[in-house]
Amino acid sequence: MQTEKVKLTRDLMAARAAQEFQDGWIVNLGIGIPTLCSDFVPPGRRVIFHSENGVVGYGHNATGEEVDPYVVNASVQPVVLMPFASIVHHADSFGIVRSGRLDAAVLGAYQVSANGDFANWKLPGAIGGGIGGAMDIAASAKRVFLCMEHTLDGEPRLLRKCTLPITAPGVVKLVVTDIGVFEPTGEAFRMIEIAPGWTVEEIRAITEAPLIVGDDLKVLTV
Amino acid sequence: MQQKVFDTFEEALSDLSDGASILIAGFGGVGSPANLMRALQLSGAKDLTLIANGAGGAGLVEEGRVRKVIASFTASTRPSRRSPVEELQQQGRIIAELTPQGTLAERIRAGGAGIPAFFTPTAVGTELAEGKEHRVFNGRTYILEEAITADYAFIRCWRADTFGNLIFRRAQRNFNPIMATAARCTVVEVEEPIVAEGELDPDQIHTPGIFVQRLVYIPADGIRTVGRPPA
Repeated sequence: MQTEKVKLTRDLMAARAAQEFQDGWIVNLGIGIPTLCSDFVPPGRRVIFHSENGVVGYGHNATGEEVDPYVVNASVQPVVLMPFASIVHHADSFGIVRSGRLDAAVLGAYQVSANGDFANWKLPGAIGGGIGGAMDIAASAKRVFLCMEHTLDGEPRLLRKCTLPITAPGVVKLVVTDIGVFEPTGEAFRMIEIAPGWTVEEIRAITEAPLIVGDDLKVLTV
Repeated sequence: MQQKVFDTFEEALSDLSDGASILIAGFGGVGSPANLMRALQLSGAKDLTLIANGAGGAGLVEEGRVRKVIASFTASTRPSRRSPVEELQQQGRIIAELTPQGTLAERIRAGGAGIPAFFTPTAVGTELAEGKEHRVFNGRTYILEEAITADYAFIRCWRADTFGNLIFRRAQRNFNPIMATAARCTVVEVEEPIVAEGELDPDQIHTPGIFVQRLVYIPADGIRTVGRPPA
């Protein structure tokens, strides 16, 4: 019997990435899907979320009476402050980044390549760009995880080599897409988890880079 | 000593002339000097250089009054649509210097701290590093970035005293304290009524008044919204 193909929602991609966070980690979350991660911290783990604007120690996205318009994350969405929170200015915020204190960062991306390069600041045809804090964070975080849709308008985004200008070379450790979880290995992506209902061949067909699949391939569960 | 408190934003910007460079604080609208931007818009000043996290604001770019922007976002966040900066860039009518956000912040801090340039690992290996001086320290490659200073800094704070000591609230702080140090004339819009000297605890001051030249309390008919104005 054929199972229906599952594509992870934005929330579920964020929840899967959040499973990587270990107790005590300092983590930066990028604009878009990544800022959803602070809603999905695994129980029993304390994660210190850092935002570019100097908020150190925020929690879940705020709703109702929790909303304080002065307290926002990188996506400018209201969030709650944890009891251990503190506020610094922008230069100190990036001092935290550049000095290597981020245990991990979750970022969005347009493209990622098998050697760990990724691109997320300039689209084809764009004259300007939107870098934000991504280059600083990607260059200096201990681990960079990406959350991204596997394809855009049917075009593959897990590539042999990025065609768009890159954000940082060789830094990506893990890629969570809507249909699987992948590790760049240099020449290929190793698929470590696959969304329910998909076959390896179906995923290979929409992945431009070579795909390696081990015996330990798991079904992606969140 | 010169009085720092001004009654209106117009008076506080009365000497701002064509060709001025301005640091504009704020992140996503929080801590953004919306009243000073409106006064700048009404002043008619042109040929401006604007330094901010995101390029644009108050329609100045659209009106062709900006010569140069230095920002970490110059493109539209909607891929299908070009930003006003990109449109003018294509016509060769504006210079847009795209800078990573942390590099931008550090360039401003350096400007305010008497440091002309510094090395950063950010952007190494990307097209933004092309043409920049590279140097290796302890086995890691860095690029040289130069400090930024400006004629004016536009600041928004929560509380202030008449000497210009400032306190920011929560994420309002962002670029404000560093920009306040990097301008020849730092102008501040204040959310709470400005208090007398001695009313604020010196240990709680984020920006010392020595960096501040002008202060305006935001009046009841001013822009008092904290975050992004509704779309």
